[in-house]
Amino acid sequence: MTAVMPPGTATAAAAAPVPPAPTRPVLARDWRRLARMAAVGAVAQIFIALSNMPVRLDERVVVKPVLSLGYLTLLIVPFAAGHRVGHQIKREGTPVHAAGAHEVAGGAACGALAAGGLSLLAVLLANFDLREPLVNWSPMLAELLAFGNSTSFAVVIWLLIGAAVGASGGLMRLLGPRTRRAAVTIAITVAGVAVMEPLVVDLAEGMGLEALTDRLYARRGGLEWVSALVLAAVAGILAVLGRGRLREARNRIAVQEGAKRTRTNFGLILLTGAALVILPLFAGKLTNELLANVGLFVLLALGLNIVVGLAGILDLGYVAFFAVGSYTAAVLTAATSPRIHPEMPWLVALIFVVVITGLVGLFIGAPVIRMRGDYLAIVTLGFGEIIRLLFLSDWLSGTFGGSQGITKIPGAGIFGLTSVAGTDPRRVFYLVLAFCAIAIYVSWRLERSRLGRAWMAVREDETVAEAMGINTVNVKLLAFVVGAILGSFSGAIFSAKVGSVFPNSFLILVSIVILVVVIFGGMGSIVGVIAGSAVLIGVLGGPKQPGLLAEFSEFKLLIYGALLIWMMLARPEGLIPSVRRSRELHQEEMAQDAWLKGQVEDDTANGDTATAPAT
Amino acid sequence: MNADGGVRAEQTPLLEMRSVNSHYGAVHALKDVNLSIYEGELVCLLGGNASGKSTTLKTLLGMLKPTSGEVVLDGEVVNDKPTSYRVARGVTMVPENRRLFKRLSVRENLDLGAYLRSDSDGIAADLERVFELFPRVKERLSQKAGTLSGGEQQMVAMGRALMAKPRVLLMDEPSMGLAPALVQRNFELIEQIHAAGLTVFMVEQNANMALSIADRGWVLQTGRVVLDDTADNLLAHPELRASYLGQSDT
Repeated sequence: MTAVMPPGTATAAAAAPVPPAPTRPVLARDWRRLARMAAVGAVAQIFIALSNMPVRLDERVVVKPVLSLGYLTLLIVPFAAGHRVGHQIKREGTPVHAAGAHEVAGGAACGALAAGGLSLLAVLLANFDLREPLVNWSPMLAELLAFGNSTSFAVVIWLLIGAAVGASGGLMRLLGPRTRRAAVTIAITVAGVAVMEPLVVDLAEGMGLEALTDRLYARRGGLEWVSALVLAAVAGILAVLGRGRLREARNRIAVQEGAKRTRTNFGLILLTGAALVILPLFAGKLTNELLANVGLFVLLALGLNIVVGLAGILDLGYVAFFAVGSYTAAVLTAATSPRIHPEMPWLVALIFVVVITGLVGLFIGAPVIRMRGDYLAIVTLGFGEIIRLLFLSDWLSGTFGGSQGITKIPGAGIFGLTSVAGTDPRRVFYLVLAFCAIAIYVSWRLERSRLGRAWMAVREDETVAEAMGINTVNVKLLAFVVGAILGSFSGAIFSAKVGSVFPNSFLILVSIVILVVVIFGGMGSIVGVIAGSAVLIGVLGGPKQPGLLAEFSEFKLLIYGALLIWMMLARPEGLIPSVRRSRELHQEEMAQDAWLKGQVEDDTANGDTATAPAT
Repeated sequence: MNADGGVRAEQTPLLEMRSVNSHYGAVHALKDVNLSIYEGELVCLLGGNASGKSTTLKTLLGMLKPTSGEVVLDGEVVNDKPTSYRVARGVTMVPENRRLFKRLSVRENLDLGAYLRSDSDGIAADLERVFELFPRVKERLSQKAGTLSGGEQQMVAMGRALMAKPRVLLMDEPSMGLAPALVQRNFELIEQIHAAGLTVFMVEQNANMALSIADRGWVLQTGRVVLDDTADNLLAHPELRASYLGQSDT
């Protein structure tokens, strides 16, 4: 992932004409940096190996018979270290020295040392009993590290593998931007097709293309090495032929304004919508189940995005509204729930869901909203737990069933036409899609409304917003309630889909995961939030829902954490930032460049030009 | 000593504080403060750090409720009215250090100034007026406010306040955090806005600068008004010279 440079450095370098940097002898390098990089890499390697990720993921073959997902996790670190060691801190946007053979040499050295962590581990495993303090790894790890041979073989082979992989990481620095892009495209295509195997197979079955997938994938999973090569070649050719046409098209759209832009956007939305309506018809259960799960989280994330992204209220107890939505729908529709009879149709219950969640949002929000920053976050966290404990309590078990939860919840009936239940994930997906469309439209309109502007003002500077005459308490409360209602939709569908609700479906973890989705996707960005859900929930899996890489579920949180850290370092604005925020970042760069060019006297110049018409 | 001569006697002040006491928790921040700002005036409140200047502004704007006394806007006691009520009736503040919404565009900042207004024609007209006053702002409309230079930010801050269609502009330390040349320019702007018919009440530490353009002034010391006179008299006042002007001259 480090192959993709943060966008900031690229633009900054492109903005100023770069004088040719001096070249460098092959072996001259910053040894201290190399040692640090290699040490970090080695520790990371050992950590990954002992977390048992390689062993667990070894069963998932990426390219048969060469590469499994398990080995891939081990190869990423030396590659990243080899690439990263050649990174230069550009002074005033200019590289200190030109790229050259030293990049490869340094990469190889760094990669070998980083992978040396595994060599060290192999020795340690053979000679000491590490089971006692480090319980996670399985004995198969030693075998995996040695490729079934002796320990000394493991020691040597990992140094060699590390050197080779690290060198290729360094090599990436020598490639021109186009070649590099092609290389990245190839890697992403092959990895993507391998990872999405269940999805592709499922879709191909629906469209009657089994012959293709039979050839593409090995019988027991993974790409055939021949098809991997073919795929790489195709991707490479396409990348070279395409040569940033996609980027060009995007730029062309980006500069469009007014009605033309609206038309393009409308067309794109229509196209995406049509694809999302048609796709499930060809897809099997698995794909639809996955899409439905992603959709449920898109709904939740869109709701939280209004609270956190627009109004700037850090809500760590958002799961409460998901829970209230689920339980309200469950109590009102299920025959097994005591107290409330007769049962309502799902759509009628939905009205109550909205009203009740809105009220709960008000009740929780009213005391919370007067606080700011950290205090607010902690208090919302507490309220999230309180709601869950209420559902769990014996006191209310007459209504909510306590730890037994509510079971046998009927599917969601839509005007008596169909009933949407978990047994038919396609219908669930369509239902979720409809609600997502509503949520997207609402978010989009709100963002551009007077209320949306007030939210952003409160987010930026609450005191000044108040001085502008904005009733900050009401405005924040409204954000809370709108977010709560969007979340409750997700809950109502969830209970109908799963058919049962239990208090432990609504742990704090759910709040955290939704927040991670929002941050990862890009706070305040609707498209970003959707992309974030697709990547995190679709690929890695939700708190209880398996994703495409079901093998990862055990390490999900570890990867979430790693992704978040990487995100904060490389792309703090999120995966797909809102137009506003990317514009901001771009302008900041320009402002810095201007400053570098010595336009500090800007202020006085402004003063003069502004005085002229006045006098 | 009081400068409100006979002319003022029958006129109602636009904004007034009648023996106001304000508390921040246990801290008695304003002690029996009397202020009256008349239509068309340019007046200033002088004081050092922690003398209660910002508390005065907050009390006038309704962000802080006085514990006793009355805040009177256009003859109406507004003690219990929220900030939005006062802003809608023409009390607008330019906050200390400008405090723009840094990550929003200049345009959005200006729009937020007119948050409580719904007369779109009037808003459009005022926007044009702001552009006339600060042509520079028009060039920067789609730019993020935080990326502007200090001088430009000051213009946007003033523009944002003007978009609220104020009758009285409360300026919190307009000289703070600006280069000397810009301070000069800023005070020219204030004079200019005042000349266009706007009542201005500014709170300042830079007594020399403030008094050079103001009609009248008060001096606040640990929450109490200790001097209340015309600007010329204040400038000549020996005590003030010693405690404020002596410092600000250097």
